[in-house]
Amino acid sequence: MPTIRVQEAAIDLGRESAALSAGRADVGGIASFLGLCRADDGIAALVLEHYPGMTERALAAIAAEAEARWPLTGCTVVHRVGRILPGEPIVLVLAASAHRAAALEACAFLIDWLKTRAPFWKREEFADGRERWVEARAGDDAAAARWRNAAPG
Amino acid sequence: MQILYFAWVRQKVGLAEERLEPPAEVRDVEGLMRWLAGRSPGHAAAFAQADQIRAAVNQEFCGRGQPVAAGDEVAFFPPVTGG
Repeated sequence: MPTIRVQEAAIDLGRESAALSAGRADVGGIASFLGLCRADDGIAALVLEHYPGMTERALAAIAAEAEARWPLTGCTVVHRVGRILPGEPIVLVLAASAHRAAALEACAFLIDWLKTRAPFWKREEFADGRERWVEARAGDDAAAARWRNAAPG
Repeated sequence: MQILYFAWVRQKVGLAEERLEPPAEVRDVEGLMRWLAGRSPGHAAAFAQADQIRAAVNQEFCGRGQPVAAGDEVAFFPPVTGG
């Protein structure tokens, strides 16, 4: 079963990673992607909003797709919501498998699909009180699209 | 029908959600958007940018032709920007 969580709390990469291999000896590798908040244009913070209920369903569907495409021993998606400061993690994706290729590919797939198929929205806050909604990027759609016809690894 | 708004769509409409009973001629997402746009200046401002609004019916992403019916949960929002 994938681990799917949406939380305001900070992300603990070490603990999440350890949970994927605890008590088992068939895991050959764990690939991780940790997305951080950048200080683009001098932003003071990012505020992450989501669609409770649909978010968890969407993330579970993405994780299920990864488990169907690659022979994973487990995977984890943790996404933060609320106010996030530059330098802090926003999202963690982990994919564990007996071999590295499946883990690495599944990890890239998970974050690519998450970016275009999970209902989160980012608002940038500036020190002077201005705010701006982040716009979706065509590059994210292209990154997600490359997995459309990908065969299992 | 439960209608939800997120991100700048929520800000422009001025509501996070509302329970409404659209008239019978509202059969799909496209029709619902047109009907909602007439409800208030805030709704009109939000749906004036219809090409930048995405929708979900019962928590599944969908296109403008997706049928809607009483009892559905319908959400409107900008393209997603998570991750």
